[in-house]
Amino acid sequence: MSTTTNPTVIDRIKQDIADNPVVLFMKGTPVFPQCGFSAAVVQILTHLGVKFKGIDVLADPEIRQGIKEFSSWPTIPQLYVKGEFVGGCDIVREMFEAGELGEVFKGKGVEIRG
Amino acid sequence: MRVAQRIRDKLTAALQPLRLDIRDESHRHAGHAGARPEGESHFHVEIVAAAFAGESRIARQRRIYALLAEELAGPVHALGLTTLTPEEDSRN
Repeated sequence: MSTTTNPTVIDRIKQDIADNPVVLFMKGTPVFPQCGFSAAVVQILTHLGVKFKGIDVLADPEIRQGIKEFSSWPTIPQLYVKGEFVGGCDIVREMFEAGELGEVFKGKGVEIRG
Repeated sequence: MRVAQRIRDKLTAALQPLRLDIRDESHRHAGHAGARPEGESHFHVEIVAAAFAGESRIARQRRIYALLAEELAGPVHALGLTTLTPEEDSRN
């Protein structure tokens, strides 16, 4: 598998996570997720009332490969909060179930419901 | 060798797990992108190992991903992970 990602792709990823407090790299869109793992994270973020930007990696193969290299993480979805990688589906779910995820958002000054 | 067995062998050799459950969930994704007719494309691995002590969730999963890089680049389309230390496991 090629690991020579176009530098402009990495710049676009950096720009997206700099411009948006919460970014979810996912398969499909928040309204129509195309994968159960992405759908699970969307559901958790929606439940917490967190505003986020969804980036559909299926719409852009360069971003799909680029985000894996950028995060050193081979799977999608990937959640970023205030520029920091939080994890994929399993981690987000575990943190949510442990009550830690809401604290991450609050700690980083991201508004959540309630 | 079958994919599940390769996963078991690699994780066992590297992490000496106290418990290692490998579930083939491919049947739940039949016909879905990445599913292979022969199965063994979607797995969930639950692993309990002392080696995870003091490591973040991200570090633990990165370790598994590195060990299984070959499988992830090949037949394995999705890999769910539950990574626990023996102490965390006994609390569940």
